Amino acid sequence: LLDRRLLFVTGKGGVGKTTVASAIALYAAEHGRRTLLCEVDAKGDVGAYFESGPTAFAAREVLPSLWLMSMDTEASLREYLRLNLRIPVVGRIGPLAKAFDFVATAAPGVREILTVGKFCYEVRERHYDLVVVDAAATGHIVGQLSAPKAINDLVNLGLIRSQTDWILHILSDPVTTGLLIVTTPEEMPVNETIDLASRVRDETSVDLASVVVNRVLPELFGRGEEEVFARLGEPAASAELEKLVQGDPSAVLEAARLAVTLRRTRAAHLERLRRGIDPDVPLLYLPFLFTRLHGRRTIRQLSQALGEELGY
Amino acid sequence: MADRRGYRRRDREGSLDGLLATKEIVVACGPGGVGKTTTAAAAATMAATRLGGKVLVLTVDPARRLANALGLEGIGNQERRVPTAAFVDAGVRPSGELWAAMLDTKQSWDALIQQHAPDARTRDEILSNPLYRNVSGRFVQSHDYIAMERLFEIHEHGNYDLIVVDTPPTRNALDFLDAPDRMADFFSSRLLRWLIVPYRSRFVNFASKPFYQIADRILGTQFLEDIAQFFILFQSMYRGFVERARAVQRLMADRRSSFVVVSTLEAVPLREAEFFAQALIDRKLHLGAIVLNKVLPDYLLDPNGFAVAEQFRDRADELAPVMARALDDADVDQIRRVLVEVGQSYLDYRVVAQREAEQRSELATVPDELVTVPYFETDIYDLSGLLRLGDRLWNHS
Repeated sequence: LLDRRLLFVTGKGGVGKTTVASAIALYAAEHGRRTLLCEVDAKGDVGAYFESGPTAFAAREVLPSLWLMSMDTEASLREYLRLNLRIPVVGRIGPLAKAFDFVATAAPGVREILTVGKFCYEVRERHYDLVVVDAAATGHIVGQLSAPKAINDLVNLGLIRSQTDWILHILSDPVTTGLLIVTTPEEMPVNETIDLASRVRDETSVDLASVVVNRVLPELFGRGEEEVFARLGEPAASAELEKLVQGDPSAVLEAARLAVTLRRTRAAHLERLRRGIDPDVPLLYLPFLFTRLHGRRTIRQLSQALGEELGY
Repeated sequence: MADRRGYRRRDREGSLDGLLATKEIVVACGPGGVGKTTTAAAAATMAATRLGGKVLVLTVDPARRLANALGLEGIGNQERRVPTAAFVDAGVRPSGELWAAMLDTKQSWDALIQQHAPDARTRDEILSNPLYRNVSGRFVQSHDYIAMERLFEIHEHGNYDLIVVDTPPTRNALDFLDAPDRMADFFSSRLLRWLIVPYRSRFVNFASKPFYQIADRILGTQFLEDIAQFFILFQSMYRGFVERARAVQRLMADRRSSFVVVSTLEAVPLREAEFFAQALIDRKLHLGAIVLNKVLPDYLLDPNGFAVAEQFRDRADELAPVMARALDDADVDQIRRVLVEVGQSYLDYRVVAQREAEQRSELATVPDELVTVPYFETDIYDLSGLLRLGDRLWNHS
């Protein structure tokens, strides 16, 4: 997975897409790969996770080998113009950027291609060993990844047309580029993941590298133990327990019941996910974190879990 | 579950019934993945059951099982009544009617064009324009706009006493609030007119020449012409669109409309929800309530529970043999493992519950109603599930 050079990380809102993207980037960086982590929907979460202040279009090294940036299509356009057209006058960009906003709003794909194009550019120029993109959510990722193709169909001539060719080449090479879908073992995220996996196959040329199942709850009991647990909850046994520990055990037993039910409900969705995804696509499991804090500590723990899961 | 065991729930003071009884439009909004759709459906179900009248839930992307339960499978934009039989099966007799509709962006856009196009030719040209097809199908913000637009249309017909709307998952919570504004700006802009001038007059003045040269080189002449063509067509509907967008905005700000921000107590969604609540206030929109979903039960914070769990985990070796005898010589090892697991599990979940409690106490923006909904162990996918959830949204006193 980490041998690829461009990873798009997507997922339904609320499943931990940004956290997982950050964990992957941290893991790669700590294993010596010069890694760029980019947030596409600039909400500032990535900066908050690494506790490194706000991110900007210009990449910044926040840890050894780890750079953060956030996507800004206007800045991307400016960079593009500077690199491709050699337009030196910044003043002219003003109205142009405003006009661009229109065109981009009306012509779908323009904004997306500036986003995707920037990542492909970083990959082509080998500025980094790995580019991890905290990409659009499941609803929009196909539009983003298929934009170069859509533009290719709409535009016959012009610079953009000639640009889409090499972008498409990078995107469709499975050795270079991969998509990760992050999900949780819950109903809607699993539905969306299954739908998205088939849409990615049908509508884009990007390879689905893996499905990451986040927040997997621990299994409490082994074989036969659930029966023992049930018996502990019976009135006589409960009374005995209460005497032994000198406290009412019902809250603790109730919590365990909740944990078992939650785990079981989720196991059914996990099973559905396994059946719904192409068996060639590896599933990675990350545990639910019972932690006090967010931020670096969470990313650290997830990145360790990821390392174990990848078998390094 | 918690109440059965006699633990006091953190708060029962907040409820949505007052809001649902007095408003005509209730918009459920907030970050993705927090149960917006289910909350909106549950609120509408309760309103139809308890308050009566005609209630519509306008939903964007319900889970398949829930869509099935509401009879929404594959019907697109049409409003459908949820059959009374379904309520009876769930054990209640509703005093009103529950209707449901799903939002089909493409269909809604087409309807909008049909309504605003000045003539049949323009209409057909727009509907077949490749850019339009792309815009209506994919243009991200178009979901946001169309949801509000459709709400406006339904409200205008006056068929319902209450409309509960579930908002589309947005990249940014503010997108859908600003969508009507942006749509109006988009069509009334001078820049837009400026952009399409050369394609009307074939005359490019000196000042704008560099722009076209650059645009030509980037996009190619043909594409630029396609875009201009698209805008020229759309311009014919400009007045209609702008007026409409303004009207949608007025409706949102009307006192008959209210917003309910839904969130969980996880840090990231909650931060987004707070930001959103503040944005509503800044825009002088009515923040009716905050619903905190999937909140872990209170008994996890019980100090006695904590002490018991620690003993389960730390004294398992000593407790297991005694309990084995009490359970007719059950396997001591198994009991020990179960005690350790049960104790540890309580302590683990307690950490999360504490984190949630802290997040909750730090909420900066607190509206009149703050409603807490517990974690349901199983998924909500039918009417009785919605009623169960709805019950938590309702005032019990």
